[in-house]
Amino acid sequence: MNPDVAYLIRLGDTALVAGQRLAEWCGHGPILEEDIALTNISLDLIGQARMLLDEAGKREGQGRTEDTLAFHRDVFDFYNLQITEQPNGDFGCTIAKIFFLSSFQFVQYKALLESEDEFLKAFAAKSLKEVQYHVKHARDWVVRLGDGTEESHTRMQAGIDQMWPFTGEFFGDDDQVEETLSAAGVAPLNASLEAEWMNIVDTVLAEATLTKPDSARHFKGGKSGTHTEHLGYLIAEMQFLPRAYPDATW
Amino acid sequence: MSKNWPLWEIFVRSKHGLHHKHMGSLHAADAEMAIANARDVYTRRMEGVSIWVVESAQVHASSPQDKDCFYDPANDKTYRHPTFYNIPPEVGHM
Repeated sequence: MNPDVAYLIRLGDTALVAGQRLAEWCGHGPILEEDIALTNISLDLIGQARMLLDEAGKREGQGRTEDTLAFHRDVFDFYNLQITEQPNGDFGCTIAKIFFLSSFQFVQYKALLESEDEFLKAFAAKSLKEVQYHVKHARDWVVRLGDGTEESHTRMQAGIDQMWPFTGEFFGDDDQVEETLSAAGVAPLNASLEAEWMNIVDTVLAEATLTKPDSARHFKGGKSGTHTEHLGYLIAEMQFLPRAYPDATW
Repeated sequence: MSKNWPLWEIFVRSKHGLHHKHMGSLHAADAEMAIANARDVYTRRMEGVSIWVVESAQVHASSPQDKDCFYDPANDKTYRHPTFYNIPPEVGHM
């Protein structure tokens, strides 16, 4: 697979799985307004996934569409970051996940504004505005809950602690795909994004009176197809309809 | 502290609108959250370029019981409309 196709699928799968997981909140949000906010974010992510996978399919040139890629691949052919497939947990855990992931997408997409690749550049310009809002939304909640009551503080800290081990993967795993693309000025090395991300995290956690965990950030391998046990269930649910009724249309 | 968040009235100015229009109401813990929620609830379909929020408790309204004495007396005062008056031709268009 060409490195640009692999890169598009990695970004697309991360957005797709994050969006699918977040959609589980639909109808279960703590209040109506937040229910709508979470599903708005979910839909933004699925929209980003569609653009990325559509482009990946076209560049690959083997007839795969956004739908084939989303609905007709199995677990080990998915290349999303592992944080996206983790269960939602409670609201604090979900917020921690959105906060960590959106802040990463924010610095990543910002770097892609400089891409030599016209599609990635345009994609980043459009999606950055969405992601900026996701960061703001999650950040507001991290601060409110962290700097709130004793219980909200405890549970927000628990969410942060629970998601923290998955954040190392954002930056640790540059392989031939990123190296090739980085040399061509198409995409950044993920390792180069860590300082800015950590800066956002430090600022927000301090404001929220939360503690940055010192535990290891050891989970990795999502972008080469290694996944936790949770992805299979998510994919089974996501793919059920197109697999059971292959010709179904709206 | 009350368990329920206060209600807020939401006003949105549309792209070509000159003034903010009442869109509805929603719950939020404070003004900042009310603006964020209004963005998610009322501007999803490109409705707006500006949002105002007002805590519903701060809106004072006329009473429905006053309806007759407030509004009915205006019914037969057609001379309060500018169209009641004939404009002398010398004035031209106003």
